[in-house]
Amino acid sequence: MTMSVSMSVNGKTVSGNVEARTLLVQFLRENLGLTGTHVGCDTSQCGACVVHVDGISVKSCTLLAVQADGAKVTTIEGLAKSAEQLHPMQEAFRENHGLQCGFCTPGMVMSAIDLVKRHNYEVTEEIVRHGLEGNICRCTGYHNIVKAIVAGASAMKAAGV
Amino acid sequence: MYDFEYHKPKSVADAVAALKKASDGKFMAGGMTLIPTLKQRLAQPSDVIDLGAIGDLRGIKVDGNTVTIGAMTKHAEVAASAEVAKAIPALAKLAANIGDGQVRNRGTIGGSVANSDPAADYPAAVLALGATITTNERKIAADDFFKGLFETALKEGEIITSISFPTATKAAYMKFPNPASRYAMVGVFVAQTASGPRVAVTGAGACAFRVKEMEDALAKNWSPDAVAGVKVPADGLNGDIHGSPEYRAHLVTVMAKRAVAAAG
Ligand SMILES: Cc1cc2nc3c(=O)[nH]c(=O)nc-3n(C[C@H](O)[C@H](O)[C@H](O)COP(=O)(O)OP(=O)(O)OC[C@H]3O[C@@H](n4cnc5c(N)ncnc54)[C@H](O)[C@@H]3O)c2cc1C
Ligand code: FES
Ligand code: FES
Repeated sequence: MTMSVSMSVNGKTVSGNVEARTLLVQFLRENLGLTGTHVGCDTSQCGACVVHVDGISVKSCTLLAVQADGAKVTTIEGLAKSAEQLHPMQEAFRENHGLQCGFCTPGMVMSAIDLVKRHNYEVTEEIVRHGLEGNICRCTGYHNIVKAIVAGASAMKAAGV
Repeated sequence: MYDFEYHKPKSVADAVAALKKASDGKFMAGGMTLIPTLKQRLAQPSDVIDLGAIGDLRGIKVDGNTVTIGAMTKHAEVAASAEVAKAIPALAKLAANIGDGQVRNRGTIGGSVANSDPAADYPAAVLALGATITTNERKIAADDFFKGLFETALKEGEIITSISFPTATKAAYMKFPNPASRYAMVGVFVAQTASGPRVAVTGAGACAFRVKEMEDALAKNWSPDAVAGVKVPADGLNGDIHGSPEYRAHLVTVMAKRAVAAAG
């Protein structure tokens, strides 16, 4: 069944024709060419595909594109103000060496931002570790990711984002 | 995933009508179970009827000694609800430990209960608290609801609209999560209810079940020691690469002891 969808992605209104079975992640990557959102598994467990739908972090591999019709979607490409000015959470990952191969990073950053906002910018190591249960990293051992998110939380608060 | 016809009705009546018209329709709530199932081609419905636009199915109401949760209320909403945390703290805590943050942002209580996954968390709370499942057709007591592996009392085309939990004087849930999926290897919910103690187990059997012997022991003496001596037989329990039936049987007693201790 072909259906037309329209949504706001990173502040731009986009539309397209998709099959009912098209996943949001496929729509983002294949129709819109936004390949920053990754697919790391087919069991909804890895979190490489996390984006924000109406401000809430979701696994875009487990959501149909038609379910996001009319929604406001933000992907990793929508965070930085410019190539020179990363989002404070992205900057915190860079500063704290919170990535190695980088495959999990877009999902980590998107989950982290939702987590930090939900906790009113006050996060502890324990909150971050529990909050990352849906994001798997094969490289870092998580330690620097956790450090990055704790630092990113303060940076977000200071920057008012 | 095979393709299907997609519907997004605005009312329960329209959703039921869409399902009746479909040759092999399926309701979709949060999609956290259904979409992975479709992706693996383990199901091929002709039509998917998304319940996401039916506003009536969402929300939490506390009325005297009853907490009523709309079927489409997300795990994250139950976990963050100050009202639930006050009325039945064990229920809010259970919701806060389902899967991971992103699963909780989409998965719903109605979907979890309707699905009756042997390792799902909510069924233990529904059974231990003696909740009532309200559908578009009737009210079903928890004791009559869970029938087997992914099998419930729901009939074709019947939609859970809400679930009502009576408050308990004491209640706690303890789960031993599978370290990868966070589903319950074994989870035990204990509650001191108006009709006496109730103990419900998830993860160990085909569906959630009560342990009468533990309930009797707790009626005489509400303490971890009272359940410590009660062993459930391993016969018929789940066995897989994560744990044998004997291992799960052992965990039932361990988790029950911890739950009673946590309930105070
Ligand atoms: C990575 C991962 C980890 C998870 N970990 C856990 C965990 O630790 N514990 C746990 O309990 N669960 C876990 N889950 C499952 C999760 O809680 C699901 O959200 C839940 O089981 C199904 O709810 P849903 O709203 O997503 O339903 P859906 O997937 O949309 O639907 C599930 C089934 O229920 C039917 N259905 C849905 N709503 C209704 C209704 N109102 N009336 C009648 N039928 C209905 C559908 O037709 C379908 O057959 C996990 C899932 C994932 C992907
Ligand atoms: S790709 Fe979405 S959770 Fe792995
Ligand atoms: S940095 Fe390689 S998977 Fe996380």
